[in-house]
Amino acid sequence: MALIARQFRRYSIMYVLLLPGLLYFAVFKYVPMVYITAGFKNYNVLKGLWESPWVGWQNFKFFFEGVYFYQIIGNTILISLYKLVFSFPAPIILALMLNSVTSGGFKRTIQTLTYLPHFLSWVIIYGLMVAFLAPGTGLVNQLMTAFHLERISFLTEPSLIRSLIVGTDIWQSVGWGAIIYLAALTGIDPSLYEAATVDGASRWRQIWSITLPGIRNVIILMLILRLSAILDVGFDQIYIMMNPLNQEKADVIETWVYRVGMQEGRIGLATAVGLFKSVIGFMLVLGANRLAKRFDGQIW
Amino acid sequence: MNTMTNSERITQILNYTLLSLLAATCVIPFIYVITVSVTPISEVIKNDGLVLIPTKVTWTAYEAIMQGGRLTEAYQATLFRVGVGTVVNLFFTILTALPLSRKSLPGRSYFLMFIVFTMLFNGGIIPSYLLVKEIGLLDSSWSLIVPGLINAFYLMIVKSFFEQLPEAIDEAARIDGAGELAILFRIVLPLSVPIIATVGLFYAVWHWNSYFDALLYINDASKQPLQLFLRQILLASVAISGDAAEAANSVNPISVQMASVAVTTLPILLVYPFIQKHFTRGVLLGSVKG
Repeated sequence: MALIARQFRRYSIMYVLLLPGLLYFAVFKYVPMVYITAGFKNYNVLKGLWESPWVGWQNFKFFFEGVYFYQIIGNTILISLYKLVFSFPAPIILALMLNSVTSGGFKRTIQTLTYLPHFLSWVIIYGLMVAFLAPGTGLVNQLMTAFHLERISFLTEPSLIRSLIVGTDIWQSVGWGAIIYLAALTGIDPSLYEAATVDGASRWRQIWSITLPGIRNVIILMLILRLSAILDVGFDQIYIMMNPLNQEKADVIETWVYRVGMQEGRIGLATAVGLFKSVIGFMLVLGANRLAKRFDGQIW
Repeated sequence: MNTMTNSERITQILNYTLLSLLAATCVIPFIYVITVSVTPISEVIKNDGLVLIPTKVTWTAYEAIMQGGRLTEAYQATLFRVGVGTVVNLFFTILTALPLSRKSLPGRSYFLMFIVFTMLFNGGIIPSYLLVKEIGLLDSSWSLIVPGLINAFYLMIVKSFFEQLPEAIDEAARIDGAGELAILFRIVLPLSVPIIATVGLFYAVWHWNSYFDALLYINDASKQPLQLFLRQILLASVAISGDAAEAANSVNPISVQMASVAVTTLPILLVYPFIQKHFTRGVLLGSVKG
């Protein structure tokens, strides 16, 4: 007992320092988890959370059986898969390209410029899209008119919205994402390349047999991290780029939750769908961590 | 490079060209935005919108967005958010990271689990909104600061940094009679300037760029930050920009839109050259496991 008391006294200042932080997490992260109960209630704004009547799984049933279900889940998974297939390898390719650049100044300049979009908000990026793609005044449409081509309403065309989402995602994140691969590349022993050159291996052969295996662990770890967040498709980005005309191809779980909950006021239903997403996401992270243990140790 | 074969030389040229093109796509949009925002509409029409370097300069678009004081209010709201928000974020992040970095702290692993769990599972948008509403933060500038007080991921980065500071210094100071707070201020913080700067920049950029929480929590137009102001202008004019007749007006919507993009982006472009080095280090620190 005396030992515990002495320990506690020794660390008492530490506990005092820790308290505000723990309090923050308790109030702003754990209390909302209590509000999840709204998903099992017929939430009534006037009655508030505690007085609203319980309805069991009714909100979930309504969502699963609703006409929107397949569209929203389909959009979420499709956009996520497109990002996985196109956005994920992009920084690796950029890192490989930068790595083969021999001029240090050129390399630094390209890096500095390609990081830049990472610092821009999606609202600003949407502003740039308006500058280039707006139907009347956008640069691309002006060019198309100059070449006597039909104007395209890029920002409202449902068949183009996913390409725009993935394309701007690559543009925004490719330079930033390359940093980690570039760091991994510097860890490869240069004598391996010298030996390969002596053996007459071509540049491509060297990339295939030395470079890629050298950064394999980083690639796998990044891939696993990515898989664990497969339902987080980039709410801020999609929300600003979506409009009633292209919504059918862009609406994902979170944009739907926001619209149904905040604009239509169906709090119970929206909370239930948000919970559904959180639970699936949680299971994906646990699965990913188990996978990661086999490679570069676990994520946390 | 005499040993280079022809195909390798072609690969190299292709490589340099593609990289230059990619870098160009990251720069040209801004030049175009600024040019359109200061070019009189008559010039834009004459050149089919193909203006990259302004030939004549007019500030009417900027005057138009200055009108009514909304831009000033939006700037104030954003500056408050970035300034006060970042300081408060850093204060609480460091405060919490310090005890967590003491491996001998009894109960440490439970506290860590308590925090890490919030990174893996969350209530979602609606429960967070209900909470902010319940505690009366709706329409308050603090609603953009308090709910994001500590980013668990940044907390782990700072914690890891503190952990790898040499313990010997710590012990020496304690033997010399320094208290925990003296150690924090005289030893830990001065040694942690790089990580504090990096995480501070992360917080600041996050505050500058966020728009969605403001959309959720702030209805009062005078408290809306810059990103929401820009969003409104973009969405409002997208509806009319298809109408060619609109372009005949003295202040055309596209110039106003581009002026708004410019005033929202310029501060970032101005500080970017000075901060991007620190960020690179931050990413690499962040990749160190927590």
